[in-house]
Amino acid sequence: MATPSSPYEEMMKGLWRDNPVFVQVLGMCPMLAVTNTAVNALAMGLATLFVLVGSSFLVSVMRSLIPKQVRISSYIIIIATFVTIIDYSLLAVFPKIHKELGAFIPLITANCLILGRQEAFASRNSVGYAVMDAIGMSVGFLFALLALGSVREILGEGALFGFNLFGPNFEPWIIMILPPGGFLTLGLILLFFNWITEKRKQAQIEYQLAEERAS
Amino acid sequence: MSAPVEIKEPSSFRLASTLAIAGLISGVAIVAVYEATLPTITHNKAEELKAAVFKVLPEVTEMRKYQYENNSLRFRTEEGSDDQTLYGGYSQQGAFVGYAIPSAGPGFQDTIGILYGYIPEQRKVVGMEILESRETPGLGDKIYKDLYFVSNFENLSIDPEIMVVKKGLRDEPHEVDAITGATISSKAVVRIINEGNQRWIHKIPTHGIPLPEQKGAE
Amino acid sequence: MTDAALQNFLWIFISALLVNNFVLAYFLGLCPFLGVSGKLETSVRLGGATTFVLIITAICAWALNTYILPHAPYLRLISFIVVIASTVQFIEMLIKKLSPSLFRSLGIFLPLITTNCAILGLAIFATNREYGLLESFIYALGAGGGFTLALVLMAGIREETELTDVPTLIQGTAFNLIIAGILSMAFMGFAGLFSS
Repeated sequence: MATPSSPYEEMMKGLWRDNPVFVQVLGMCPMLAVTNTAVNALAMGLATLFVLVGSSFLVSVMRSLIPKQVRISSYIIIIATFVTIIDYSLLAVFPKIHKELGAFIPLITANCLILGRQEAFASRNSVGYAVMDAIGMSVGFLFALLALGSVREILGEGALFGFNLFGPNFEPWIIMILPPGGFLTLGLILLFFNWITEKRKQAQIEYQLAEERAS
Repeated sequence: MSAPVEIKEPSSFRLASTLAIAGLISGVAIVAVYEATLPTITHNKAEELKAAVFKVLPEVTEMRKYQYENNSLRFRTEEGSDDQTLYGGYSQQGAFVGYAIPSAGPGFQDTIGILYGYIPEQRKVVGMEILESRETPGLGDKIYKDLYFVSNFENLSIDPEIMVVKKGLRDEPHEVDAITGATISSKAVVRIINEGNQRWIHKIPTHGIPLPEQKGAE
Repeated sequence: MTDAALQNFLWIFISALLVNNFVLAYFLGLCPFLGVSGKLETSVRLGGATTFVLIITAICAWALNTYILPHAPYLRLISFIVVIASTVQFIEMLIKKLSPSLFRSLGIFLPLITTNCAILGLAIFATNREYGLLESFIYALGAGGGFTLALVLMAGIREETELTDVPTLIQGTAFNLIIAGILSMAFMGFAGLFSS
């Protein structure tokens, strides 16, 4: 991995260019399972943010102490600890949300995005960079979750964050909040993302061509 | 996953001790959080249960936890609950109203946990509350979101047995209208209540346990 | 009694295999599903290895849940994860010794089983529902079968589409997700198995 110039850039790359969901296609399980409403998506995103930032910080601090051979096990223990902490905290403070997310909070442990960032980034960089990278990645993840959750809730229930948008005459597309709707919506969002990236690339090429012609 | 070539292999003692220390630290952190959140969690759960009991039994303002033991009911004073626990609801005057019976079973996706109110004198179910469910959003979750379905259980005879019928066909006092598109979940709810009845009806006395005379003497 | 027990087992198995398929209804184990399943043969083998891990995990999770966790509920997640990681490590060593060719063909995917959410998910769901030993075993068998089935179906479809003319924009994950969506819709039809 090339060393980019500043922690700020590390953070920004997770938002769009290396977005964990749209570009790297990581962390799919929680991504699809809990995004039937925007509120659930937000809660899951914030829980993941806490776990990712916490473990990145700790892994980065201890990176010289952990021998290479047991690094994966140590990372998993660290991650599982943070997940247990957020699990109990949510249960105590927001029991309603905990009920909705149910078994998917412990499953944050198995989110490949988190382990992947420890292995690829936090274990090789200083604390500042690691934390910024974690914040960027999880905000990018949160953004993707919210996008998916909003689309599915708007189409599937005619509401957003629980507020009814279309009135009683709207017939909800129930399929959108069912599992197939998750796959289809994410597929279409990825398609849209590819399309934008492609467009940008083309615009850039045309711009370069125009410049060459001008000079 | 091959680790980069190390010049000097760390000893297995070092590997083991690293893991042990990591485990130790994480254990301490987890226990601390558990201890810190436990009172709130227990309190939340108790409140939730109390609210549910008041909801499934009409005009109830007081509840007691019952335990079935040695062929009779007694007040359960210890914490927690097991499969021989149920709840008694009392009116403001302290008179016994009915039982709130917990029952659980498999739904379409996962276990459905139910609390329902039962008045032995009338042999009727008078209210139903879903405590726990992960039924499909949009379809199966209507078992608690569809208020018409829930109202089916507000005056429901248990004899000979509660039955699910197609929506709109309900005409007997022991019948429940199914939810269109969520027949499986509707049937699951009724089956769970019937199972609860089979377990409890024959062994609970009609008038519960009277509250002790002086208030606050418990 | 035996009839009811048999029915219960069959219900658990069919439910995990088809109706509540781990991949297509619970979205568990998507990383290998989307990333790996390009070749039919690899997906069968990966499915087999995963099923094996699932079964061992289910048994261990049951044992932990029955004997240890009642005294220390907060250790649930950590103990499950440790069990899974060590099982995978053990299987990796076993396969390496017994069949080096299989080991080579599975390559990187073996250690990745650790972060396959299907396995942790199975441990959590089975203990949430308080399954007994035999029930846990059957549940794991069904879940593994369902995972393999989804993987194989996906691989088959992808092998077919290899030669078709897919627009460049949609190629890759977006395409796979849309296929998965259609498969998932087809699997919803299995819900009818339980309606009568």
